[in-house]
Amino acid sequence: MRDFYNEMREGAAGPVREHYRAFADWLGLQPLERIARKRAEADLTFRRVGITFAVYGDGAGTERLIPFDTIPRIIPAHEWTAMQAGLAQRVRALNMFVHDIYHEQNIIRAGIIPAQQIYQNAQYRPEMQGISVPSDIYAHIAGVDIVRAGQGEFYVLEDNLRVPSGVSYMLEDRKMMMRLFPELFAQHRIAPVEHYPDMLLENLRSVAPAGVIDPNVVVMTPGMYNSAYFEHAFLAQQMGVELVEGKDLFVNANAVYMRTIRGPKRVDVIYRRLDDDFLDPLAFRADSSLGVPGLLSVYRAGRVTLANAIGTGVADDKSIYPYVPDMIRFYLSEEPLLNNVPTWQCRKPDELSYVLANLEQLVVKEVHGAGGYGMLIGPAASRQQVEDFRRKLLARPDGYIAQPTLALSACPTYVESGIAPRHIDLRPFVLSGKTISMAPGGLTRVALQEGSLVVNSSQGGGTKDTWILEE
Amino acid sequence: MLSRTADHLYWMARYTERAENTARMLDVAVQTSMLPQSKLETEQAWRAMLGICELREAYDARHDRLDPQSVLAFMLGDPDNPSSIVSCLGAARENARAVRGVLTTEVWETHNATWIGLRERTGRDSDPAEFFEWVKYRCHLWRGVAFGTMLDDEAMVFIRLGTYLERADNTARLLDVKYHGARDAGRREATRELLPQREFYYWAALLRSVAGFENYRKVYRDAITPARVAELLMLRADMPRSLLACMRQVVANLQAVRNDVSSETERLAGRMHAQLQFARIEDILDAGIDDTLNRFIDDVYALGNGISRDFLVPLGA
Repeated sequence: MRDFYNEMREGAAGPVREHYRAFADWLGLQPLERIARKRAEADLTFRRVGITFAVYGDGAGTERLIPFDTIPRIIPAHEWTAMQAGLAQRVRALNMFVHDIYHEQNIIRAGIIPAQQIYQNAQYRPEMQGISVPSDIYAHIAGVDIVRAGQGEFYVLEDNLRVPSGVSYMLEDRKMMMRLFPELFAQHRIAPVEHYPDMLLENLRSVAPAGVIDPNVVVMTPGMYNSAYFEHAFLAQQMGVELVEGKDLFVNANAVYMRTIRGPKRVDVIYRRLDDDFLDPLAFRADSSLGVPGLLSVYRAGRVTLANAIGTGVADDKSIYPYVPDMIRFYLSEEPLLNNVPTWQCRKPDELSYVLANLEQLVVKEVHGAGGYGMLIGPAASRQQVEDFRRKLLARPDGYIAQPTLALSACPTYVESGIAPRHIDLRPFVLSGKTISMAPGGLTRVALQEGSLVVNSSQGGGTKDTWILEE
Repeated sequence: MLSRTADHLYWMARYTERAENTARMLDVAVQTSMLPQSKLETEQAWRAMLGICELREAYDARHDRLDPQSVLAFMLGDPDNPSSIVSCLGAARENARAVRGVLTTEVWETHNATWIGLRERTGRDSDPAEFFEWVKYRCHLWRGVAFGTMLDDEAMVFIRLGTYLERADNTARLLDVKYHGARDAGRREATRELLPQREFYYWAALLRSVAGFENYRKVYRDAITPARVAELLMLRADMPRSLLACMRQVVANLQAVRNDVSSETERLAGRMHAQLQFARIEDILDAGIDDTLNRFIDDVYALGNGISRDFLVPLGA
């Protein structure tokens, strides 16, 4: 295990950092047994409330809890302010990039991104070419994964611009912490996050088709067996809008309607939580029963808004990721405020040979992968796994990128052996509409296995409440 | 409200009510089987109960002999029997989960806690009577939480529609067990010759199962007779589980969500209500109570189809 940045202390046994001091004092007074009891209470409540997610390939309808850790991740306000500026800049540039790709393609003409990187990308949607969307916003909701490495610098790990999830855990974790340890909230000045659903609704209403005065917004889910169904239902309820499935919607006379007990009702904005492929069986996957036949044609006519837009995957793909700093320079004429992780593109022969020579030190990811599946973590892999991956890489080099193994920062976490550091990341949720807004902080995910760097909930990760501490 | 949402709410309520009433019906059967009687009589009683639930074929496909333990296992915890209490509570929870955003947190949590409790109980050997009590308690709790916390809007209307339609059906079936069983065995006359004492215990158990024993005493202040039990459970508007009380609710709630296509369904509900409201128990007994009950059960079925067609099965294109 390499050195990593400890969120709470300066060095493993060093002094407690300023912004953790009050919390550390409080923690020092708590018997471990109380933390354990509170943790059990949290599990019981989450199960009773049914805050669960389904695990794929684990038998249909299996519901599991995401482990919740009672020790918060604390970020001082000045760090968040800087991060916030960087996030707004990055998401603004990404939206401009998607717009550009589906219109003039100036960034290709300028020679900054090779055309093949766009056209050979399965996430590029030719159907979107020349189509205008309200306010030129494509990624209305972005979940940008950020890690802290080295001496404490923040890096963007990936931009999730399709259907990022996890915000319900951000909200539920906060609710749980306030319930378990109300005294902490009296002692600290913690920026609230509970207004996120209002921000989201406001954002969705702001991108309704032109001329719609009082837009009907709905949340569209693939259904109750989807892994994030709890979140879909939660957000619809918190915003006070309908939660629809594809079969609840239909297209008639170039408009989308939902089927209600009093007949059809027009729908203006669809916050859809399913992938492009499943939206419209007439346009995309014909075998999908989750979508709405004809939806794309209404969308192209500008008579319904989809959030996020179709085709945003072209910008959050790992093969495009290395170009984001250049996008920021190109569209905004600014220097990027947030770091990108240095990335080798295996499609380039010289970079591939570097990667092959250094597999044991690198993290190799599938260009189109997500959820922590199908990746190689060199330092943690067996010789056999490295060799297997080498064959995959040689067979299809353009399917992979490689990055140095970052020593992710670690935060004290309640585990079986007591309180010990575990690696974390952060997913802030960035809303884009007429303006850019975000709830302070985001979702902190934690890899509960000692030494593990994989924080994905599908791979046994947990979550923590995230505090932006006002100074 | 989305048609699908209304559908889930309606079935959530129906399944919950069905679970409760199945527990009530089985409770009568268990209590009655404790009376001194021949093996044949016991078997006939259980067979009649399966018949009235339209489950005889399903049961026979899974069991080659009929004994109380097997019937109870089949009706309580068999996940392959869609009418077992476990299946009903599971289906209620699945429907609730599909619309959890429409329910108050407390209603959802009550459903979920029932389901978790049920899973903890399965496999545990427990006294059926205690299990019936638990099921009834959880269903009471759910209803109390729903009626006590939900906004009185269309969601609540479909919850009430599901609750009262199912209850009407179940009360009719509970009464019908007796007559159906007798007719079925082809020994109607023989049933009439039952000892009066046996008769008393049967009707008393039935009354207790619908929490109607005290109500009966209050209303009639007299000995228990089958005709009065039938009157109480069919025609008394003030008896909460009677057919008339249920139909009154169905009519009122249908009115509350009336749409362009629901007039036929409202007419059917209105007719059923009126027939009960203006009926006399003597006429029903003369005409044959089993015919009346069977017709009522058929009408409830048709009414359920009407509600599905008008509100729950998507309208429009």
